[in-house]
Amino acid sequence: MNRERMVNAALLTLLLGVPLWAWATDEPFTITLATRVAILALAGVGLNIALGLGGLVSLGHAAFFGIGGYAMGILASHAQSYTPLMESPFLLEGTKSMPVIWLVALLASALAALVIGALSLRTSGVYFIMITLAFGQMLYFFSISWPAYGGEDGLSIYMRNGFPGLNTLDPIQFFAICFACLAAALWFNARLVRSPFGLALNAARQSPERVETVGLGTFRLRFVAFVISGAITGLAGALFADLNRFVSPNMFSWQMSGEIMVFVILGGVGRLYGPVAGAALFITLEHVLGGISPFWHVWLGFLLLLVVLFARGGIVGLLAGRRVAHD
Amino acid sequence: MTDPVLATKGLTKSFGAVRACHDVSLDLRPGEIHAVIGPNGAGKSTLIAQICGGLKPDAGRVSFAGRDVTHLPTRARARLGLARTFQISALAMEDTVLQNATLGALGAKGARAGLPGLLGDALAPGDLRDTAMAALERVGLAEHAATVTSALSHGQRRQLEVAVALTLRPRAFIMDEPMAGMGTEGSQRMTAFLDGLRDEAPILLVEHDMDAVFALADRLSVLVYGRIIATGSVDEIRANADVRKAYLGEDA
Amino acid sequence: MTPLLFIEQVLNGLQFGVMLFLMAAGLTLVFGVMGLINLAHGSLYMVGAFAAAAVAGWSGSFLLALVAALAASAAAGAIVELTVIRRLYDRDHLDQVLATFALILIFSEGTRWLFGSFPLFLDIPDWLSGPVTLPGGIEYPLYRLAIIAVGLSIAAGLFWLIARTRLGIRIRAGESDREMIAALGVDISRLYTIVFALGAALAGLAGAMVGALQSVQVGMGEPVLILAFVVIVIGGIGSIKGALIGALLVGLTDTLGGLLLPEALKLFMETSDATATGSALASMLIYILMAVVLIWRPRGLFGGAT
Repeated sequence: MNRERMVNAALLTLLLGVPLWAWATDEPFTITLATRVAILALAGVGLNIALGLGGLVSLGHAAFFGIGGYAMGILASHAQSYTPLMESPFLLEGTKSMPVIWLVALLASALAALVIGALSLRTSGVYFIMITLAFGQMLYFFSISWPAYGGEDGLSIYMRNGFPGLNTLDPIQFFAICFACLAAALWFNARLVRSPFGLALNAARQSPERVETVGLGTFRLRFVAFVISGAITGLAGALFADLNRFVSPNMFSWQMSGEIMVFVILGGVGRLYGPVAGAALFITLEHVLGGISPFWHVWLGFLLLLVVLFARGGIVGLLAGRRVAHD
Repeated sequence: MTDPVLATKGLTKSFGAVRACHDVSLDLRPGEIHAVIGPNGAGKSTLIAQICGGLKPDAGRVSFAGRDVTHLPTRARARLGLARTFQISALAMEDTVLQNATLGALGAKGARAGLPGLLGDALAPGDLRDTAMAALERVGLAEHAATVTSALSHGQRRQLEVAVALTLRPRAFIMDEPMAGMGTEGSQRMTAFLDGLRDEAPILLVEHDMDAVFALADRLSVLVYGRIIATGSVDEIRANADVRKAYLGEDA
Repeated sequence: MTPLLFIEQVLNGLQFGVMLFLMAAGLTLVFGVMGLINLAHGSLYMVGAFAAAAVAGWSGSFLLALVAALAASAAAGAIVELTVIRRLYDRDHLDQVLATFALILIFSEGTRWLFGSFPLFLDIPDWLSGPVTLPGGIEYPLYRLAIIAVGLSIAAGLFWLIARTRLGIRIRAGESDREMIAALGVDISRLYTIVFALGAALAGLAGAMVGALQSVQVGMGEPVLILAFVVIVIGGIGSIKGALIGALLVGLTDTLGGLLLPEALKLFMETSDATATGSALASMLIYILMAVVLIWRPRGLFGGAT
């Protein structure tokens, strides 16, 4: 077992152990913090597929996070007001069922990623960064000025959505749901990295010319990666909305895109568990530094600057050392 | 005489006022090694880029495997069986040697399957791995399969370039200075290897190592200032007055 | 809708576009010359606005406030370039994005720390306030006209600077061949600091001038920054001409879209629906414009080949 795997195992144990301990000692707030970590890490795992594996610097992943959030908000708000989403050409009702909401969130954000990716991937480098950012902003402004679902004020959902067989109002059970989603995404990500697709995508990041000369299309590889990436971040958005029982245009804001990227980088870009480490550090800092000073973002800024300038492997890189080639 | 596998007709390409390629017509016949030589800046890279699809010619045509491929992108030409090695290694440096070779095998297979599989293990025992390992074996890199590519010497990277091309099981090779950065011994080994390879598929060889060129080439084309000034057998080229003046004269 | 209202909105669009140009010019220069994507450009805009508001509050002079905005943002730009930015030129875009994102956090929260969370106000001076009557009987605020005039003169000045001066020659040389001008003995790191500070000063000036129209508050820079990105994506990165045309296009599209789109929709929708849909669509209009430009020309209207 190499060091990175040990670090990964330690991270998972910690993320699972802390809320269990909090549950045993009756500290629901800590469980909620851990739930936030799991959800934000999930958003990061999504971004990491585009960013770490595909080398696609998307500064617009809040678009998918927000779409996932609004998928939950819209479905649940119709369900709680007993009004159908639409009546013609066929009746479509809202729902309070998490699995259905997740499916819609995954599909809706994948669809958005399909459109945004098809347009953005025509460009590269700095154009790509700016265009993804701009698409994120486009949805942000749309969500503000579209009055049907709360506009600037957002949407409140009074009761957390349900999951068959579980009591989602119990913090530890909701944590378990989010943790399971994260674990599934990590498992999928690990398989993707090892798969033929992952091999080709990873090569396209390092040497696109090479990939084309063996007869594979870089656009198609990146496009598929972008869609998968957006869908996973969208699922995280739905869970995040359920955690807060609230969605607002802020989920679409470009700061959100920046923060998701910060999780990935703080943790270590391209590292499977980088987003987990990054999100955990972010939430811990927010909790600890935020308690000391309301201006803790200054210190986060300095920390991020130091990591970017001097510790490019992020936390996982620091702990696990240089990347070790596998097989 | 059999039809050429690859042919260019009147290829012309300018960058601003500079004519990097001027009315270049050459062909590559089955079973031969056709070397293209010329001083630095003669337009060899421009020619290769047009043949392989990285550059669009201003005028002229490229045909390959009986088709006009002038307007096809690089990947489509690769799928038709055109395998290229790069002068400056274009390998995935963070990946292992085996992963690089597997990418080639994947490309060859992808011609049928479209997008590479999202699940499954690229390096698991099976067709892909066998193809990749066989190619590494042939160029003598099998024992380095698990090495990270960036740790290879320049000569070894050249070998890996050739191995990736082999995994494609191509109809023609385009090799851009496969001996560059190799020691004498490495060069000799590569020369012997390419010598045997011509029976599998013809090779269009751009090379600076004249020993290798004279040892290998069935035919030679001399490129000067974007023009082919002579094409012929080694002996014919050695005797050609224009070549002596324009090319060998400068070097000697 | 009256023709007067339309002309007024065209002028508003021009004023908005000119502001965006001041932001976009710095961004596009810094990208063209140094190859750097700078998210913290909006922070320099904010620095200019805060410096102007603080100095105006202290001295009561609007001109002094503008000078302070220029000086403070240029100084902030130079300091940031010397301490952080120059370590980023050889890094990939991802590192540049993150490091400049970190700078935003530091600037924004630092400013909140110094000035508090409440917005500051910068008043339009008496000699620029009130409306003027334009030919055709249009009443239009003098201050906005002044902004248009200042912005256009700065655009003209920039074109002159790039085309005619030694600094301009070096900037153009730096865009095409970095090693070459270093080999010719130009002090490249000083050139970079100057270009960065110049861009910062333009952003700061824009911030100060807009500060008198809106409130001066933390976070005011980022929305403008993102619009400036849209501008240079449309215009083509590295091109000052592209920045100017892109800025005017975005300014006019945004302003007129908000006016015309609901009106147009009223032709075939109910009034209330048309207003809601129209304003929602109008808010997306410039991004749609950007997408259309990119489908047509992926490197922007005046973008180079590489």
